[in-house]
Amino acid sequence: MEKRTLTCIGCPMGCQITVEFEGEEIFSLTGNTCAIGDKYARQEVTHPERVVTSTVVVEGGAKDRTSVKTKGNIPKDKIFECMEAINEVRAQAPLKIGDVVIKDVCGTGVDVVVTKNCDAA
Amino acid sequence: MTSYDIVIVGGGPAGLAAAVSAKNSGIDSILIIERDKELGGILNQCIHNGFGLHTFKEELTGPEYAYRFIEQVYDLGIEYKLDTMVMDISHDKVVTAMNREDGMFQIQAGAVILAMGCRERPRGALNIPGYRPAGIYSAGTAQRLVNMEGFMPGREVVILGSGDIGLIMARRMTFEGAIVKVVAEIMPYSGGLKRNIVQCLDDYGIPLKLSHTVIDIEGKERVSAVTIAEVGPDMKPIPGTEERYTCDTLLLSTGLIPENELSRSAGVEINPITSGPVVNEILETSIPGVFACGNVLHVHDLVDYVSEEATRAGANAAKYVMAGCAEAEGGKTIQLKAVGGARYTVPSTINPDRMDDLLTVRFRVGAVFQESYVSVYFDDERVMHMKKKIMAPGEMEQVILQKKQILARPDLKTITITIEAE
Amino acid sequence: MAKFNVRGNEMMGDLAKDLDIPFERNGALVVCIHEEAKDGLQDLYNRGIANGVKELKILNREECLELEPNLSDNVVAALYAPTSGIICPFILNIAMAENAAVNGVDFFFNTEVEDLNSEICKKCGEPIWKIRTNNGEYKARYVINAAGVYADKFHNMVSEKKIHITPRRGDYCLLDKTVGNHVHATIFPQPTNLGKGVLVSPTIHGNLIVGPTAVDIENKEGNNTTAAGIDDLIAKANDHVKNLPMRQVITSFAGLRAHEDHHEFIIGEVEDAPHFIDCAGIESPGLTSSPAIGEYVGAMMKEKMGLTDKENWVGTRKGILHPGDLSLEERNELIKKNPAYGRIICRCESVTEGEIIDAIHRPLGARSLDGVKRRTRAGMGRCQAGFCSPRTMEIINRELGLPYTEITKNGGDSKLVIERTKGVEA
Repeated sequence: MEKRTLTCIGCPMGCQITVEFEGEEIFSLTGNTCAIGDKYARQEVTHPERVVTSTVVVEGGAKDRTSVKTKGNIPKDKIFECMEAINEVRAQAPLKIGDVVIKDVCGTGVDVVVTKNCDAA
Repeated sequence: MTSYDIVIVGGGPAGLAAAVSAKNSGIDSILIIERDKELGGILNQCIHNGFGLHTFKEELTGPEYAYRFIEQVYDLGIEYKLDTMVMDISHDKVVTAMNREDGMFQIQAGAVILAMGCRERPRGALNIPGYRPAGIYSAGTAQRLVNMEGFMPGREVVILGSGDIGLIMARRMTFEGAIVKVVAEIMPYSGGLKRNIVQCLDDYGIPLKLSHTVIDIEGKERVSAVTIAEVGPDMKPIPGTEERYTCDTLLLSTGLIPENELSRSAGVEINPITSGPVVNEILETSIPGVFACGNVLHVHDLVDYVSEEATRAGANAAKYVMAGCAEAEGGKTIQLKAVGGARYTVPSTINPDRMDDLLTVRFRVGAVFQESYVSVYFDDERVMHMKKKIMAPGEMEQVILQKKQILARPDLKTITITIEAE
Repeated sequence: MAKFNVRGNEMMGDLAKDLDIPFERNGALVVCIHEEAKDGLQDLYNRGIANGVKELKILNREECLELEPNLSDNVVAALYAPTSGIICPFILNIAMAENAAVNGVDFFFNTEVEDLNSEICKKCGEPIWKIRTNNGEYKARYVINAAGVYADKFHNMVSEKKIHITPRRGDYCLLDKTVGNHVHATIFPQPTNLGKGVLVSPTIHGNLIVGPTAVDIENKEGNNTTAAGIDDLIAKANDHVKNLPMRQVITSFAGLRAHEDHHEFIIGEVEDAPHFIDCAGIESPGLTSSPAIGEYVGAMMKEKMGLTDKENWVGTRKGILHPGDLSLEERNELIKKNPAYGRIICRCESVTEGEIIDAIHRPLGARSLDGVKRRTRAGMGRCQAGFCSPRTMEIINRELGLPYTEITKNGGDSKLVIERTKGVEA
């Protein structure tokens, strides 16, 4: 059994929530003062996920960088692997918000998409 | 002299929302003046997500959020000038601006909307002792360099101040391969959102040291080390608590200051607490027909509130222009006061005849309050008493006043917002 | 010292005019806050008159307060010197350097003198100096030692009559232009043996400056500020000026004066090192004295070397054009000719791209962010370059073809950015 203490991000209160769990199974969850904390802590210990945002190199564009994001959450432990993939991208201008620059990044099933238009030079 | 019904100074989130709203309220002659090369303001460098949950019910990045409004500006055919600096706004609403193509030019505005945003407090204003090498950046300048220009200011970073931009930059620099060693915050609480502390610092094992400040900067040419120390209740460093961090970069995220040089020179009255204009219930400053919204008015925590506020400013400016004068001049004025933990209110005054049926009054608290009450007094009588689990200086608070409730009290002079323990 | 000070002050007006340097005689008040110290003020007056300082006057309390309402409530009297002035030390230096360059002086930057040796020239029988530097060796008939806090190092390389210079650190606070009129004259306390004390003064650009402290240190590069220094500064300034708006500080900094042990300017040929001329120990009032020192040393060199006046000598210099000084019509004419004057780069000081380009391309042009700042004021305002840094870097990159990663704050290794993201070559 694993025991972890997290800070809830639901509100400025930042409740310290202690969770005892093993794999998917949660044995105890204490320290939260509302339902938001409960939900957050469960998700966070079993499937912590984040959206990753960064920039990619643009070739032939009015600017040589544009911003990107993972279109949805990816597992937290894939963040740096995902960053490595993003760093390799050389996207061709023009680019529009939503254009996919990496499909299914690191096998997460999530695409990396452009978040800012970039005209051709 | 050219003239426009409404001139909006600043093409960031506030200016864009104000323009869209003014146009939708029936004004066609609108000009946005933006000093940068593109519309969107600071959102262009805020490439992280988390914007727009209130406005669009989804989490967007800064550029995406901005583009939702930029697109409307395009679609509505609203005029804008880029790379153009407003040099002066006169008391009678003559806007003087300058750019490469038009030179220095003047515009007579029917109404002016101030939407210049804010800037960061620099190192100098903090009197941090030490050398003055390269490698000291305000978090926002570093954010622009990394996110827009694609440059790394350094590899080993110490951050002073736990404002949201500093927290966000801790994560950004980590993503781009830098090592962020520590975030020092002089206050006993963070000025940033809890979510940012967890997702930008805790996620990457970056320590946040509350009640700590930088007491020395080393490095003659480029930063080589920074010493931080714990501060006592008097904010003075406690001897013996010094910790030295070798690093090549110091980022500062120690507060935002509304950028009101133009407002001041126009003669707009400034609230010393917010450093923004004093406004009434229609977001009009002390000069009739000059409105203010967004971070130039008071520093916001969420851009959604900026958009909402700016939408009101745009609509009110449109009304002002259509009425051809300040509407209902001479009506009575109720003062809004913030006391006992509440630091300020926006607006500062209310003319009940002109107010909307529901008026959101925004304020910030001066310390962390737990299990406390936000109370509203109409003169001496308490009319609202709302329990809040927590309130912190980093987040804006609000109360909603009802027009009918205020109209029911013809003698009402002062509305007071305060924080009470019980 | 006094002679150079008085002469330098006299010369400054014409020099400023010739070299297009903003200068104003705003007057100075030496403020006495203790009844019993009033005699000292009289002594100071007598000394000033003896030294040839013009228009000196002793003011009583009422006269002081009428002139400067923000003087301390304790003021009892003051010595008033209307001829005292304010000037920007950066622009004064840069203007003189540009003028020297135009008249044929070669400048070698990033060149550190490592050794000095003289030998007698076989042809002329006179000493020839060999100057070894990190950038090769130079030969010269004469060496003028104007090395500031390092003047003792070079003097002692060539002379057995050692001198010692102590770096005397002075911390300063610079305040926002909104409070630049807190005082109008330069306000000094009565002097002590550690110097003129902490002054409060408007700057020529309209800021308020408070400082300096006087702390003797060992490190000749120790121009760091300290918390104690800044605290001391504020406490001392409040002795003679009240309600100082210290919340309006936009930056603090420190500089080093070259304090010679006997508090003397050492100017002249070194006795046991022929053809080696010292200008050492030039501490305050060094800046005021500098034109007079130049005049004196210049005349000396002319005589020693048998120099004659140059026929094509250029005695004037045009400063960087400030579009803000022009009328609207003139300004628009200028922008039409050169659109760069229509683009503001530094929002706080309203500095245009045109001014920055001028600063980069004029003689001894700017190569760094501070170089641009000291010539144009871009980055010197209340946001302290937060806004304009990336924009100025872009202009330096474009105008000089200098890669971003080579652009420095102030030369040497003071690089502003270290690499591009995404592993791309800079």
